[in-house]
This record gives sequence, structure tokens and C-alpha cells, in this order.
Amino acid sequence: MNQAANTTPSVDLHARRVRLFKLQDTLFHQITLIFALAVLVALLGILASLAIEAMPVLKHFGPSFLWTNQWSVPDDEYGAVISIYGTVVTSIIALVIAVPVSFGIALFLTETCPVWLRRPLGTAIELLAGVPSIIYGIWGLFIFAPLFAEHVQPHLQSFFEGMPVLEGWFAGPPIGIGILTAGIVLSLMVIPFIASVMRDVFETVPPVLKESAYGIGCTTWEVATHIVLPYTRVGVIGGIMLGLGRALGETMAVTFVIGNANRIVGSLFSPGNSIASTLANEFGEADPGLHISALFALGLVLFIITFVVLAISRWLIHRGTVKQGI
Amino acid sequence: MSLYNRRIWINRIGIALSMVAMTFGLLALMWILWTLFSKGFAALDWAFFTHDTPAPGSEGGGLRNAIVGSLMIIGVTTFASTPIGILAGIYLAEFGNTSRFAATTRFVTDIMLSAPSIVIGLFVYALAVATLGGFSGWAGALALSLIAIPVVVRTTENMLRLVPSSLREAAFAIGAPHWQVSIRVTLRAVKAGVVTGILLAIARVTGETAPLLFTALNNQFFSTNMSQPMGNLPVVIFQFAMSPYDNWVNLAWGGALLIALLVLGINIMARVLFRKKSTN
Repeated sequence: MNQAANTTPSVDLHARRVRLFKLQDTLFHQITLIFALAVLVALLGILASLAIEAMPVLKHFGPSFLWTNQWSVPDDEYGAVISIYGTVVTSIIALVIAVPVSFGIALFLTETCPVWLRRPLGTAIELLAGVPSIIYGIWGLFIFAPLFAEHVQPHLQSFFEGMPVLEGWFAGPPIGIGILTAGIVLSLMVIPFIASVMRDVFETVPPVLKESAYGIGCTTWEVATHIVLPYTRVGVIGGIMLGLGRALGETMAVTFVIGNANRIVGSLFSPGNSIASTLANEFGEADPGLHISALFALGLVLFIITFVVLAISRWLIHRGTVKQGI
Repeated sequence: MSLYNRRIWINRIGIALSMVAMTFGLLALMWILWTLFSKGFAALDWAFFTHDTPAPGSEGGGLRNAIVGSLMIIGVTTFASTPIGILAGIYLAEFGNTSRFAATTRFVTDIMLSAPSIVIGLFVYALAVATLGGFSGWAGALALSLIAIPVVVRTTENMLRLVPSSLREAAFAIGAPHWQVSIRVTLRAVKAGVVTGILLAIARVTGETAPLLFTALNNQFFSTNMSQPMGNLPVVIFQFAMSPYDNWVNLAWGGALLIALLVLGINIMARVLFRKKSTN
């Protein structure tokens, strides 16, 4: 009896403490939830604010904004084609160069490289991915473009002279800066990204698969192209899309070397403009009104394109790494 | 040529090409770093750190205002994005195993990780610059935070997921409430990993130029007032490199070297820290 009476306050204390803990837990849950929600809201906010700011120009020109080949600030005429063309063409050039090189690097790092060299070389490639893009830009403008104009462009021109379509691609004065240079600098920028994803998915190939291929007498190259690549196909494409997403949205590396000319000339040697470089060059001095709205519309287009590319890439990389359980 | 020989030769050519690709990648890295060091170190002197950015056409000058501005903006970014990123990461790892909301947030964070940074600059311009009266250091820090937070969120979540569930269960078994388990047990267990994530986020925003162009803008004069336009290294490099003045271009190279050293240094630090912890 007496004993029971003595324990009551302590039970009470426990109950209170448990309630307090419960309250704190709910609070903790809610607080962390709010911050997670904030991340989600930020993305929706970006989409919404771009769409709102782009409204005037979309109303004024209608959907034809997307396929108008005209960008003239004095006449207040805006169309997105010139910038979209520059963005797409530079990104394609970047991928054409970066994909085979990245495959070579990933193959070397996973198959032929001596084990003691793997880590330092892999780290070097990853550090290359960390170099800020403005460094690539300034290097491209001052070092690469002059050398390219003097030593590579004339040779390309004389090589392709007389060929039906290719001659047009490499026509025009070899001034160094232009769409092709921008694509090459971009490719150097995305190689580390694609190569590290490729290396990571190549490492998920079960050793048994490779060993059985070696066992029946396959060469390293045959193992790479007939076993590793088909097995990691999905992840590899995901990595390429990730690089593409980077290339499409890259600003600084492109702005320095693309030449910033608002026109489309068939030649890859000619200066052009990408969405990101147009924004970087014109936004600061844009007048309120149609011009600034047109720039927001370009930003919206860029955001939607990269969003789709990145979403596909994430889905593929995810599928590619889930598969390793098999 | 026999089939056997042909296969050997295809293999040799393929492997040789992959080595060429590796060499190409390394040479590009060397070439870029070498130019950066040779041109950048030539520009570094005492005045580089003690003088402000020169007016057009005037001699000499340094980047003091830009260095201080960059440090302040990055400092504010770090202080803002660390708690937000860690808490959101805890939510995803602790409470978000199955919910659709958590899956969506995870997806969005992954997209934000690689979203074009110039678009984030546009967003902050529309959100803060156009509405709150002008370019400012705060707006710059806000733009950079939007880039840094996803990095912190994802590393925190991934690290927390590595904590063995027995550790968590042991803490629950002695009656600890969930928040104490999260903060005092699991988060503490992966401290090094989370710090690595924060360092990587800092490294990522240090070189970001595009989001600062329309938010922090630039300031030719020394200023520590975050509600005014603020000088910062990336934008100064961008403007000076495109300019016709030789001393401006030199300063741009010096600034580029400074940023590269900072970013590579932080990256290497993060690696060393993480490796030391994971080998323990």
C-alpha cells in the first residue's frame, strides 16, 4: 500500500516525460518536413516565376516566339531560334567528342589500368569535374581559341574543301571563337562527368560475367564491347544524358568563346549565341518590358529542356544501378 | 589476315585508343592548370590583395573588394544552407522511406543539383532583386544557397542511410526519443560525411558565376554592406577577362587562379577528411 503510494509520482513523471518526448518528436518531424518542403517549393517557385515573367512576351508573339529566327533589341523583335540553335549545336558537338573519350577513360580505368594507378587517375578526373566553368571559359578565350584559329581551322578548311555539305560547315574566316570552339571547350567540361558515371556503372558488372567471357578466350576489347557495355547500357546512357544536361545549361565556358552574335550562319566557325550566353550578355543591360520578358522566356525554355533531360538521366542511372543485384 | 590476328589487332587498337583518351583527358587538365598557374602567379602580388579593382584605363589595382565580397557571400551561403540542407536531409533519411512526398523531394533535389545555374540567377532576380529594390549581396547569397542546399541535402541523406540500423535500434531500445536518436546518434555517427557534403557545396558555389551576374552584380568599390551590390571574384573575372585593358586581364587571371586553388583545395580537403573517416 505504502509502497504503491510512493511510486505514483515517479510513474507520473515518466508519463510526463514520455509525453514531452512525443511532443518533441512531432515537432522534430514537422521542422524537418518544412525544410524538405522548402526544397520542393523552390523548384516550383523557379518554374512559376519564370513563367510569370515570360508571360508578356509569350502573349505578344504567341507560340511563334519559339520558331522565330529574329532577335533584335532596337526593333523589339524577339524569337528563340537563334539561341536554341546555338545551345543544341554546341551541346551536340560536345557530346560527339566527349562520349568516345569518356568511354575510353572509363574503359582504361576499369580494365587496363594498373591497380595502383586507378585511384590517383580517377581522382584527377574527378578534380577536373570540380574546376569552375569560368576557368574553362577564360582558358578557351585566351589560350585555346588563338591556337585553334592559327593551327587547326585552316587545316580543317582545306581538308573539307570541295566536299558537298561539310565544306559549308567549315566555311568562313577562321577567327578562333565560334560555335565549334564553344562545343570543344564544353566537351572538355563534360568529359569528367560522363567518365565518372561510366566508370561507376562499369564497376557494377559482376566479375563472374567478365571472367566467363575471358575464360572462353575473349579479348579485353571484346569483353568491353560485348559484355560490359550491353550490361551497363542503361546507366551509360544516363551518364551521357547527365553530361548533356550540364552542357545545355552551361553559361561561362560558352559565353567566353561562342562569339555572341545573334544570327544563324550554317558554318560551325561562325560566332553564334546560346540561351545561357544570351542571358549572361544581355540581362544586365536589358530594359524593362519586352526585352527582359523575352530573356525570361529563354530561361524558361532552357529550364524545361534541361529538366526533361535530367529527369530522363536520373531515371536511367537509377535503373542502371538497381540492376546490379542480378 | 586470320580471324585470330584480326581480333588481336582490334583489341590492341581499342586499348590503345582508350589510353589515348586517358592521356587526352590528363593533358587537358595539365594544360589548363599550367596556363592558369603561369599566368595567374604572374599577377599575384601584394597590391593584388590590398588594392581595390581599378577604374577603366587606370594602372595597377587589385581585387581586395572582390575577395572580401566573395568571402562574405560564400560565408552567408554556408551559414544558411548548412542547417536547411541537413534538416531536409534528415527528413528524407528518417521519415521519408516510403512517402510519395519524400520521393518527389528527392527527385527535385537531384534535378536542382544539375539545373542550369543561370536560371537560378533569373529566379532570384525575379524574386528578390526586382521586388526588393535592387541588386544586393543578400540576393547573391540567396542564389548561391539554392545551389548549395541540394548538395548538402543529398550527401546528408546518403550518409545517414549508411548508418547500420542496429545502432539506431540500440538507441531506441534504451528509450531515446526519435529526435535524439537522429541528432545525437545517427547524425553524429556520420559527422565526417556531412562535413564533406558541406565542403563540396562550398566548393561548388565558390566558382559559380552565372547566378551572381544578376543578383550580387558587382561593385567597383570596397563595401561590406550586404544590402548593396557587392564585388565578387567570379563576376570581376568575367568582366575583366572580356575587357581591352591589359592590367584588367592580368587581374582576371590572378582571380581565376585564386578561385581554382580555393576550389581544388576544398575538394582535396573533403576527400582526405572522408577517406580518413571511412578507413577507421
